[in-house]
Parts: sequence; C-alpha cells; structure tokens
Amino acid sequence: MADMIVSELGQAWNEFAHAFAHLLPRLLAMLIIAAGGWVIAYLLKIVLRSVLRLVKFDHLSERAGASQLLNNVALPSPSELLCQLVFWLAWLGIILAGISSVGSPVVQQHVADFFLFLPRLFVALFMVFLGMLAASFFARAALLAAVNSDLPSPQLLSDAVKVVIVVLTISMAFEELGLAQRTILIAFSLVFGALMLGLAIAFGMGGRDLARQFLERRFSEARARKKIENELPPL
Amino acid sequence: MADENILSDDLLRQLISVGEVDILVGLPTYNHAKTIGHVVQVIRDGLLTYFPRERVAILNPDGGSQDGTPDLVRAASIDDARNADTFRTLRTLHCVSSQYASSPSAGQALHIVMASADLLRARACAVIAPESSDILPDWIDRLLTPIYREHFDFVAPVYRRHRFEGILVTNLLYPMTRALYGKRIREPRPGEFGFSDRLAAELVESDLWRHDAGRLGPEVCITMATLSDGLRVSQTFLGAKGHLEQQSSDLVTALRQTVGPLFWSMEQNGAAWTGIHEVQAVPTTGPEYEVTAGAVSVDRKRLHQMFCSGVVDLEPVLRSILSPTTLAQLQASATLEDDKFHFTDELWVRAVYEFATSYHRSVINRDHILQALAPLYRGRAYAYLTENSTASPEDLEERIEALCLTFERLKPYLLELWSAKERDS
Repeated sequence: MADMIVSELGQAWNEFAHAFAHLLPRLLAMLIIAAGGWVIAYLLKIVLRSVLRLVKFDHLSERAGASQLLNNVALPSPSELLCQLVFWLAWLGIILAGISSVGSPVVQQHVADFFLFLPRLFVALFMVFLGMLAASFFARAALLAAVNSDLPSPQLLSDAVKVVIVVLTISMAFEELGLAQRTILIAFSLVFGALMLGLAIAFGMGGRDLARQFLERRFSEARARKKIENELPPL
Repeated sequence: MADENILSDDLLRQLISVGEVDILVGLPTYNHAKTIGHVVQVIRDGLLTYFPRERVAILNPDGGSQDGTPDLVRAASIDDARNADTFRTLRTLHCVSSQYASSPSAGQALHIVMASADLLRARACAVIAPESSDILPDWIDRLLTPIYREHFDFVAPVYRRHRFEGILVTNLLYPMTRALYGKRIREPRPGEFGFSDRLAAELVESDLWRHDAGRLGPEVCITMATLSDGLRVSQTFLGAKGHLEQQSSDLVTALRQTVGPLFWSMEQNGAAWTGIHEVQAVPTTGPEYEVTAGAVSVDRKRLHQMFCSGVVDLEPVLRSILSPTTLAQLQASATLEDDKFHFTDELWVRAVYEFATSYHRSVINRDHILQALAPLYRGRAYAYLTENSTASPEDLEERIEALCLTFERLKPYLLELWSAKERDS
C-alpha cells in the first residue's frame, strides 16, 4: 500500500518535473520575447517620435484641427498618441506571439480569439472617440446658438445634447463589442425615453405658465423685438 | 486670363458676342424686382452721361430669382436709350444676364464679375448693390472715373450714415483694418465699389473664392487683398447708404460676413500687415465721413442683459479663446449694473485681437469663435450707445478716432500674440 502511494507520488512528481522541464524553456523564451519585445517596441516609439518631430507632424495636425479635437477629449498630442499606439500594438503583438510559443492549445485558442476581437475593439474605441468629438462639438454649437438666440437655460440645453450623444455613442460601442447588447439597448431606451417624458411632463404640466410665457415671448413679441433690432443693423 | 470654369456656357456665349469693353458694371441680384428697374435705369443714365464714347456693358449674375429680375435687367436695351432725347450715345450698351445658381452666393456672383471683367478686358469696373434705392447717375462717375482716368485700382465708398448705424463697422472693421494695413478705409465692406483690370486679373485666380470667407464675405476679402498688395486705393463719397432695409439684422450672420473674412485675410496677408506701422490717409473725393443725428430705437436693456448672460454661459468657450486677464475683466464688467456699466476701448481691442489670434490658431471650430464674439459685441454696442447717447456727430467722430488710435497702439500686442503662435508652430 505504502509502496503504491510512494510509487504514485514518484510518478506524479516525475510527470510534474517532466512537464515543468518541458514548460520552463518555453516560459523563459516567452519572458525573453516579452522583454525583447518591450525593447523593440520602445525603440520603435523613439524612432517614430523623432520622425514625426522631423516632419512637424504636430504642426500639420494643428493646422488640420486634429490637435484641438484631441485636446477637447483630454487626449495627448497626435504624435504622442500615435507613438503610444504603435508601442502598445508592437509590444502586445510580440507578447501574444510569445504566449503562443508556450504551445498550449487552450492558450493558443485564447490568443486567436483575442486577435479576432481586436478589430472590433478598435472599431468600438474609434466610435467612442468620434462620439466624444461629436458630443463636444454639438454641445458647444447648441450652447452658442442658445446664448445668441437668448433661449432660457442654454447650459442645460448644451448638457442635454452632450448626454444624449454620449449615451448613444456608448450604447453603439457596446453593441459593436457584442457586450450586454440587450441590457444596453434597454438602458438607452429607458434613459432616452425618461428624458423625453420628463421634459414633456415638466414643460406641459409643471411649467405650464412658463411654457405659455415662453411661447408668447417667442411668437408674439418676436416680431416687435425684431422690428426694434432691425432699426439698428450691425453693418 | 480669366478662370473660365466659373463662367457658364450661356454666359460665355453672351460675353463673346459682346466682345471687348472699356467699362463693366456688375449687378449681382436675387429677387430684386422691386428695385432693380430703377437701379438699372440709373446705371444706364450714368454710363451714357459720363462715358458716352466708351464701350460699356452691364453684367447681371443672378442667384436664381423667381420674380423676373433678370428679365427686367435684359429689358434695359440700347434702343430706348437711343430714343431718349437726353442721351447721345456713340456705342452699344450691352446688358448681359445669366443665372449662376439656384440659390444666391455673394462670393460666386463677384467671382463671375471679376472673371467676366478679365475676359472682356474691361479697364474699369464697378459693382453696384441691386437694392441701392438712393443711387444717382453720378455714382457711376465717382466709382469709375478714378480708375478709368486716374489709374487707381480700387475705389471704396463713403456713405452718409446715422450716428449709430453700423456699429460693427465703426467699432471693429474700420479701426482694425486701419491698424492692420495703415489705410483709412471707412467702409471695408463696401456695398458699391470700383476696381481696375489689374485687380480683377489678380483676384480672379485667387484662393479666396474657394474658402468660406470668400464665399460669405467677398467684399471684405477684396478690400483686404487690395490693401495688402499695395495697390492704389481711393475713396469716394456716395451719399446715403440706401439699402438698410435689405440688411440682415442677424448679428451672427453679419459676423460671418465681415469679421470671419477679416480674420481669414490676416492669415493670408500676414507678411503685409505685420510690417505696417504707420497710418496714411486715402485720397478721397468728397467728405471723408458724414454722420446724421437723430433718435434711435433699440432695446438697450436687452443688449446689456444678453452680454451679461452670454459672458456667464459661454465661460468655458471664452476661456479657450481669451487670455485669463481679459476674461476676468469681461466677467467683472458683466457683474456691473447697467447704470455703472463700462466696456473700455482697451478691453474691447484686446478681446478682438485675442479672438483674431485664436481664430488663426483654430483653438476651437472657427465658426464657433465668431459666434462667441456676438455677446461681446452686444456689450460693446450697449456701452457705445449709452456713452454717446447725447454726443454730436463731431464728438462721435472723435470717439471713433480715439478707438482707432487704441487699435493702433495695441498692434504690438497683436503681433506678440501672432508671433508666439508662429514660434509654437
């Protein structure tokens, strides 16, 4: 009995040692690849940064308006963003190639799944980026239009525009990623519906007097006011 | 050589049948049937009276009128002029009309006039606003003679204005143009103006027609291009500006048509205006200004209220455009009661210069920058109206002169901001 146990333990230990001996070089190779990958990615970043500085990429981006757009969504300069993106893509690619070298079919399957997921992730990130830009642009446009038209609560209007666009963008991004599609769809419908219903109730019932005054001011006094303004054109 | 792409086949055919001319009068229209008959009649009278021996043509680029405006222009044929005993014309007077688009575009219409002038080799050209109900035959003489006989390249108008008319012109366009280019051009956005064949040839191939600034405010772009090229410029007094009722009172539209093109032109002509440090008088026929007194009906309280609320609501937008000092001063002004309100010349000039630099730098969307200027203009207009409510025309002229001097004194500040931008890039 005892011999059997010892024998089994010995066999298990041998199998473990064999597996470890089999895995260790691959693990070491993976770590070396990861470390080497970091160096390669870092060098790539340095070279790319120098090239972009040489061709005045930030200056060109600023002229094209891209710098300001990135600034609006709290992102670094275009050249820095590009360098970081290249660095992480290069390093991540090399690490995943290293992980594949471990040779486990499960790991390889996960790596393959990850690479398949990457395009959708990039598309989702791009959608969020564009959505933030659109939200910032349209919120500011709404704010300026409301201020120059003398509408009440221009900041509230601007914030509402921003929230609607951001919520819409995030729901689209999640749908692209295939994550919690139904939940996001329902959440968006609820938020949007609640917002509209709330506004309708507030404006139609809670603010009847305000609504009446507002409409009166807009439609009955507008002509008279315009007439007064017309007598003093700016040009 | 003219950019013939801008000229439609129909127009080109008409122009070829006209042949070379000495004088061309451009008359861009869009649904101006009410006034166009009178305007064409006066132009024709002026041409036949002052240029009876010259080959002349009237060109009418129409923006798709639905009220028969082009037919009224075409009806101005030579025959009825010949029948009139008062005229002794020796040559044919051509009236050419062509629809260039289904919707009006000031830039496209003026581009067509320039291209046609270049194609017809017209030595002197004038553009007349189709709603100029107060036009007189001698306007043709005043706009064209300095070019045709005295070899000027550009003739800007001087109008008789009500003392509070055109506050955007007197408080921004005129003083800033004067500080930038060193010429006392009273109307940098002319409704009527004259230009030479040399200027037409230069401008017809210009980039300005391809940009929003050139499409929305070609008159300002043409004035700035003329000044920056160092061409010979003169002014001529025309009398009352008779098309006020046609003007849009929408401030944002006015800013897009004037301040936008002014800021855009600064970018294009940087090498010219940065080196100018002296202001010179411009040869002027008639008085350099004429101001009429009289009561004005404007809701001043609303101007003040819109300035105060605008500065508060647009704080994040203004922060990206203005320096912290200027913004703080504006915010302090916005807290003042209307009877204690003030908006100094220096604060206004600094704010305008910072807007110009921010436009150049594109710190945010350029159209948003122009829209953000509207509340500040309202504050300035309120202060101007209040401080000058009892001022005589002479006092008002002194006040405008003082503002011009402030624009000139602070030009180094603009240059500093501008060069900082160049260094950054």
